[in-house]
Amino acid sequence: MLVVNNIFKTFNPGTPDEVRALQGVSFSLDEGGFLVVIGTNGSGKTSLLNAVAGSFFIDSGEILIDGVDVGPMAEHQRASLIGRVFQNPFLGTAADMTIEENLTLAAKRGKRRGLGLCLNAAAAAGIKERVKSLTMALEDRMTNIVGSLSGGQRQALTLLMATWSKPKLLLLDEHTAALDPKTAKKVVELTEDVIKKHRLTTLMVTHSMQQAVNLGDRIIMMHKGRIVYDFKGDEKRLLRAGDLLALFNEIRRKEQIDISAAEMLQRNYI
Amino acid sequence: MTIFIGAFIIGLILSFLTIGVFISFRVLNFTDITADGSFALGGALAASLLVMNINPALAVVFAFLGGGLAGSVTGLLHTHFRIPQLLSGILVMTGLYSINLRIMGKSNIPLFSEKTVISCADGWTTAFWGADKKIGIFGGQIAAADMTVLLFFLMMIVFFGGALYFFFKTDMGAAMRATGSNPQMITALGVNTKAMIILGIALSNGFIALSGALLAQYQGFADIQMGLGMFVLGIANLIIGETLVGKKRLGLILPGVVLGSILFRQLVAVALRLGMNPNDLKLITAIFVLGALILPLEIEKFRKRKRLGGNARRQ
Ligand SMILES: Nc1ncnc2c1ncn2[C@@H]1O[C@H](COP(=O)(O)OP(=O)(O)OP(=O)(O)O)[C@@H](O)[C@H]1O
Ligand SMILES: [Mg+2]
Repeated sequence: MLVVNNIFKTFNPGTPDEVRALQGVSFSLDEGGFLVVIGTNGSGKTSLLNAVAGSFFIDSGEILIDGVDVGPMAEHQRASLIGRVFQNPFLGTAADMTIEENLTLAAKRGKRRGLGLCLNAAAAAGIKERVKSLTMALEDRMTNIVGSLSGGQRQALTLLMATWSKPKLLLLDEHTAALDPKTAKKVVELTEDVIKKHRLTTLMVTHSMQQAVNLGDRIIMMHKGRIVYDFKGDEKRLLRAGDLLALFNEIRRKEQIDISAAEMLQRNYI
Repeated sequence: MTIFIGAFIIGLILSFLTIGVFISFRVLNFTDITADGSFALGGALAASLLVMNINPALAVVFAFLGGGLAGSVTGLLHTHFRIPQLLSGILVMTGLYSINLRIMGKSNIPLFSEKTVISCADGWTTAFWGADKKIGIFGGQIAAADMTVLLFFLMMIVFFGGALYFFFKTDMGAAMRATGSNPQMITALGVNTKAMIILGIALSNGFIALSGALLAQYQGFADIQMGLGMFVLGIANLIIGETLVGKKRLGLILPGVVLGSILFRQLVAVALRLGMNPNDLKLITAIFVLGALILPLEIEKFRKRKRLGGNARRQ
């Protein structure tokens, strides 16, 4: 379904701001698979999702969705395959437009947009029904602008928009990180429901170890643009949040050893 | 009364300019000062074509298309060549100055006996009002011919404003509004935002050139300088309109923009009547826009200070 083959991305190459965000990432994900990505800040998780979605072009490597090499396709051309929820709740919706209008924008994801009216009474009723299913009391505010909603409400809407017509691939980037615990729980429930219901192939980044062990059928851990751990099958099922935290600590310890070793080498040889 | 109605008509004509500025500045979030060039382009194209005895309606259509072409160049410079918005607009505006001179062949084209949209509208006067050449309105008397011209432009703005409103409610129009509001989101939903920006800026400048074409015909000449300060004027009209009707509802904002344009023109007419020097007009418009831009921020700052009991000052 999704094949990521040895992809590399360096930002600002050859300048002091050079960042090697992705350094040879490879994995593949079967139809209906649910992969959770964890990793330290700046380890390249968002960059991985951006590479798949086409927010930038990768330097080398290969990305296939459903057998199609999406490498040369621009972000808007990949949109027919991908539904996406961003880390920032404000990025997924158009603040100046109404709830209804935002959903009609999503209903046309990846389709031709002509000069037909984007909204009629029948469509509005259908939209209202599905917004009601979010149980966030938004169905009475269909003609309010989205800018007047809370971050959690906007994130729930974005989730609904991303999955409005079934995407080949769903990308979730820490989509509950900016929400209060109660709202986050709600959005996680909605996420689980929609993924189960449509059997969506999903790539989810999270900072919450609890989410990582509860959700999905596979976990990869990234560090410095590489995949450092990959748990699937029974291994993933038996994994506990504590195990993952231990891995993070180990990575941090190794890093400190690296730094002190480098300092020692510097002292001795330079 | 005659001054009042003249200002009213010019206000209606400048509504097209304001709508154009609204599309770029508000809908697309694009500060596009191509306006100054495309307004004059509209006037230049219309006048040159009318002198060649082209049908006035056709001349206006050509002006609209010309403005659209100019706008699409600005859009292209920004989206494909990553030139900043302001600079893209300045480049096209500067280039248009020479192009406009080329089109006109001289810096001023008077329209004396040529058939224009105004003379066409005049022709309907007798059919509308009969032989009576004066109409009583609000206790005053105005020429029937003026009234016809006014109604003509009013109908025109209702038609174009309505068409634009309808467009913004279509799938494509909604995608354009989303491009201005949140480009990242609408890209992820499959819209080519570059194409949307080019189309939108073209549409915006089409309206602006249309405004120039109509003004040239109403005032009876096109002039190479006629676009000067038009962007700022459009912003001023827009701000007044938004103050009258709010910013939220598209169905209100379009009529609001027309009201704003008319109101500003009326204020100008009154000020001129009271002895304001016409040369000061651009300065006053600029100061007005400046005030409208910074006042809300200053008021907010003042309120915050008051709330914090002077603590904010020390930080
Ligand atoms: N567009 C960009 N231009 C320059 N550098 C970038 C860009 N996007 C990401 N980076 C850099 O690439 C590295 C990886 O960033 P990325 O956003 O992928 O990390 P992340 O794992 O998502 O982190 P977080 O957990 O904080 O969200 C970081 O050092 C970041 O500064
Ligand atoms: Mg991230």
